[in-house]
Amino acid sequence: MNAYAVDHSHDDHHDHGPPPGLMRWVTTTNHKDIGTLYLWFSLIMFFIGGLMALVIRTELFQPGLQIVDPHFFNQMTTLHALVMIFGVIMPAFVGLANWMLPMMVGAPDMALPRMNNWSFWILPFGFSIMLSTLFMEGGGPASGWTIYPPLVLQTGDALPYLIFSIHILGVSSIMGAINIIATIMNLRAPGMTYMKMPLFVWTWFITAYLLIAVMPVLAGAVTMLLTDKFFGTSFFDAAGGGDPVMFQHIFWFFGHPEVYILILPAFGIVSEIIPTFSRKKLFGYTSMVYATASIAFLSFIVWAHHMFTVGMPLAGEMFFMFSTMLIAVPTGVKVFNWVSTMWKGAMTFETPMLFALGFVIMFTIGGFSGLMLAMTPIDFQYHDTYFVVAHFHYVLVPGAVFAIVGGVYYWLPKWTGNMYDEKLGKAHFWLSTIFVNILFFPMHFVGLAGMPRRIPDYAVQFTDFNQVATIGAFGFGFAQILLLVVVVKCIRGGEKATDQVWEGAHGLEWTVASPAPYHTFSPQPVVK
Amino acid sequence: MQCALYGLLIFAVSHSAHAEWELNLTEGVTEISRDVYDMHMFVLWICVWIGVVVFGAMIYSMIKHRKSKGVKPATFSHSTMAEIVWTVIPFAILVTMAVPAAKTLIEMEDTSDSDITVKITGHQWKWEYEYLDSGVKFISSLHPDSREAAVLDSGIDPNSVDNYLLEVDNPLVLPVGKKIRFVLTASDVIHAWWVPEFAIKKDAIPGFINEMWTKIDEEGVYRGQCAELCGRDHGFMPIVVHATSESEYNDWISAQMAAAEAEAQSADREWAMDELMTRGEKVYGTYCVACHQPNGQGLQGVFPSLVGTEMSLNDLDGHIDVVLNGKAGTAMQAFSAQLNDADLAAVITYERNAWGNDTGDVIQPSTIKAVRVQ
Repeated sequence: MNAYAVDHSHDDHHDHGPPPGLMRWVTTTNHKDIGTLYLWFSLIMFFIGGLMALVIRTELFQPGLQIVDPHFFNQMTTLHALVMIFGVIMPAFVGLANWMLPMMVGAPDMALPRMNNWSFWILPFGFSIMLSTLFMEGGGPASGWTIYPPLVLQTGDALPYLIFSIHILGVSSIMGAINIIATIMNLRAPGMTYMKMPLFVWTWFITAYLLIAVMPVLAGAVTMLLTDKFFGTSFFDAAGGGDPVMFQHIFWFFGHPEVYILILPAFGIVSEIIPTFSRKKLFGYTSMVYATASIAFLSFIVWAHHMFTVGMPLAGEMFFMFSTMLIAVPTGVKVFNWVSTMWKGAMTFETPMLFALGFVIMFTIGGFSGLMLAMTPIDFQYHDTYFVVAHFHYVLVPGAVFAIVGGVYYWLPKWTGNMYDEKLGKAHFWLSTIFVNILFFPMHFVGLAGMPRRIPDYAVQFTDFNQVATIGAFGFGFAQILLLVVVVKCIRGGEKATDQVWEGAHGLEWTVASPAPYHTFSPQPVVK
Repeated sequence: MQCALYGLLIFAVSHSAHAEWELNLTEGVTEISRDVYDMHMFVLWICVWIGVVVFGAMIYSMIKHRKSKGVKPATFSHSTMAEIVWTVIPFAILVTMAVPAAKTLIEMEDTSDSDITVKITGHQWKWEYEYLDSGVKFISSLHPDSREAAVLDSGIDPNSVDNYLLEVDNPLVLPVGKKIRFVLTASDVIHAWWVPEFAIKKDAIPGFINEMWTKIDEEGVYRGQCAELCGRDHGFMPIVVHATSESEYNDWISAQMAAAEAEAQSADREWAMDELMTRGEKVYGTYCVACHQPNGQGLQGVFPSLVGTEMSLNDLDGHIDVVLNGKAGTAMQAFSAQLNDADLAAVITYERNAWGNDTGDVIQPSTIKAVRVQ
């Protein structure tokens, strides 16, 4: 599929650069600038959300209450999740999409550049509103990121601000998704048929549809909370004829596709990196596309596995158990395809490859615990314990975050024109991998031993593994400073990158100069 | 790294009898819990073996197929046969897992033919138990020793507290060998009742009734915790079950019924201030302290203070009303159903005279009784 031929014969294009100064970033409609903004925003939020995690882990270092009140602890768990999901992983994926999708499909820019600017710039405002609740009377939201009523309705002044900020984040995501779909459908270079698109483009294409389908559902759910609290409705209040469990159904109808929104683009990134450093084409391209689509479809019919303990009818529990188990099939196909891509390749292990391999192994561990959680009768033991915390952190941190970081290392030379510091990059990978396992693996054990999640204090028999996890948390947190160092160093200078950057790289983005010119393709390339 | 961790996990499942560094799920003390444990181990081993195969292939490939060894990359990029094989085999494995899971699930959901029914009501942050057959009813909340230690800067070492955070004042008493049906609900927010040794967990949802059952095989003390985030003190509402022989259970029920009778009679007499204050302090320490704090000053912006306020100094009727009926949309619940007249009179008297409020008001159980009638 990678038979690209780019016509550079009349390269006399009008490569006018960006306007100087701060206004460049405020008014920009350039996909690269906006991608950069998204990625920096995501990195800043990563450190904010990480600090919250460290507050949590510090309090949990030993039994008893040492540093924070339980009410503040609950605010930390709630905001840590909201920041990491909506402020880190999603914006990072959108940032990578902004940078790479137009270059990968041979487009000059995103299809809707002005909307692109807006969909980024409302994000900082949304998060300012959300985080400002920490300084309000009664503090921030403390009901968990799942904001279940009736508990969330006990939130003080923060509730309407939380809901408004979720609306803003939703609007931003939907606009981003529309833009991505419009770009992929309309701006592909001649010859770039759907089944020739790089897998990162495919996974984002499908993710964008998921976003458009479910973000309005979340917006509806939180609006119903708003009217229940302030306008006398009783959607979720049994005393008024409503049903608190209905909220959970609506929430997880959003929430489960959301889980795949957080992982499908990661699959795409890893599917770009592994072939490059194996010097071999991606194995089973077609089945990868179909597996992604199957996972996306299944994500709409498994939501109630998040709520097996609410007291569903037996038939409902059976249905959601079986449908959830089915997800293991297409996910397995992906893992087998990645391993087959590596098989009989000629591998090298630069930092992006290390992160991609770490992703495959540790995401699979998260998949295993996911399979265990899918089994309803045993889920009753795991549900709402640290086993669940271990599960979703395995798929989200050494899963999604590792893929994003791998993607950053992979494309950084293309963005800056300089190679990053390979030694520091490798150090970053190894420190992250060691500490992320010290952090999250013991959570399986305390969860199985009976420690519930979202508690600020615990019985003394859980002490040992919690101390190990806290040590891992600080190690992992401080290791991320290396990422910042590598990125800043790479922007400032370093060994010049070639156009192709990596020996085994194929695709349109590797045919343009490094750093990529401000306006990538003029004229349009032709894919043969 | 992964290899080492997997080694650790395999080590974990074979050496699981330690109290600390506890690694694995409990086998529990019911037929269902043993089924669940077996299934847990079955699925875990399937995952371990798939991991061994997949990660083994990866690691082999990473060692053998590297450029530094001078290998030339192969050019194959798809195989329909391989795709079919690794779709069908996982599917078959899933079926072998799904069949026993479905069987156990059906048993777990069959609450018919029970011998005893206990109604569990979740409150922020305690459990209420009611034996529907005998009418015995009480509240079970965190043991005072744990409560005292579980405060910021309490200076008490949790290791010195017996069963820290896993002990209650009034445990649930259940007979072994009987099928016990639980019906669950809640008064305020969603809670979840979970005892790992029974392998049952279900949400207690305000306005709805859920059901589950257990049949305990061995006498003993079994401990669990609330398993659904329910607010500030979610981590401080444990569950303790004393499983006893049937005769011990029957004696206990009779004693509870006699005590309830005596309590009901005491409501009609005149109480002295001292008596009310002593009892009030105890009730406050169990029901109110989590929000309003030991010093009565609450938590600014979250839980209101009771010290020197209009309500606690002057508005007696308002005070009685809010304690009995709660305040909608807040964590302040209606205590009229949870507490008897003497407890309510005592705690209101206490709140109006403690922490320098010193109103001198003495509220009699008969007053509360009169308000209830209205």
